[in-house]
Amino acid sequence: MNVTVDPSALGKTKWYEYAVRFVFGGIVTVLAGLIAKNFGPGVGGLFLAFPAIFPASATLIEKHEKQKKERAGMSGTQRARNAAGVDAAGAAIGTIGLLCFAVLVWQLITTYQTWIVLTAATFAWLIVSVLIWHLRT
Amino acid sequence: MEEFLLRFLIGGALVSAFAVLGDLFKPKSFAGLFGAAPSIALATVVLTINTEGAAYVATEARSMVAGAVAFFIYASCASWLLVRYKFPALAATSSMILVWLAAALGLWVVWLR
Repeated sequence: MNVTVDPSALGKTKWYEYAVRFVFGGIVTVLAGLIAKNFGPGVGGLFLAFPAIFPASATLIEKHEKQKKERAGMSGTQRARNAAGVDAAGAAIGTIGLLCFAVLVWQLITTYQTWIVLTAATFAWLIVSVLIWHLRT
Repeated sequence: MEEFLLRFLIGGALVSAFAVLGDLFKPKSFAGLFGAAPSIALATVVLTINTEGAAYVATEARSMVAGAVAFFIYASCASWLLVRYKFPALAATSSMILVWLAAALGLWVVWLR
C-alpha cells in the first residue's frame, strides 16, 4: 500500500476543529504536570502516553468521511465509522513506537544531553511505527 | 501560573502539529500512527528537565512505558468497536478512556509502584 501526502485535506478541517485539538492538547499537558506534582512522577508519567486528542480526531475523521460519502449520494455512516476504526488501528501500531520512545528516554536521559535523547527517541518512534505499519500491510 | 500557561501553549502546539501531520497522509491506517505521537511527552520533558532534573524525567518515562501499553489496549479496543460493531466514533473513543485508565493504573500498581 502506497503512502501519499494530500495537502488539500488541511482545507477540509475548520479553524475551530484545529482549536479543539490545540485546547485538548494544552489541557492534557497541564494535567500531566499537575498529576506529577501532586502524586509524583511515577503516576504523572502514565499520562505522557494519554490518548489526548484521540476522541476529537476520530470524531473528525467520522464526520469528514460521512460528508464525503453523502456528497457522492451514499449513506456514509457505516463507512465513516470504519474509517475511524482503521485510523485507530494505525494508532495502535503507533503505540509500539511510543513504547520505544519511552524506553529510550528512561534509559538515556540521565546520561546524555536532552536534545540528543529527544531527537533519537522521536526518530525511534517514527521508524518503529512506520516499519511495523509496513510489515502489517 | 506562568509555568501552566507555557505548558498549555507548548503542549497544544505540539499536539496540533502532529495532528496536522496525520491529516496530511493517506491511507487512514498510516495517518493513524500520528495519533500515538509522543507530543505530550516531548512538551513535558522539555519543560520538566530544567526544573526537576533528569532523574525525575527518567521516572516519568519509565511510567510512560505502562501508559503506552495502556494506549495500545485502548486503541485496539476502540478500533474493534468501530470496525466490528460500528459504534459512533465519539462513544467508542471516549468510553474506552476508562479502559486506558484501568490498564495504566493497573500496570503501575502491579509493575512499577
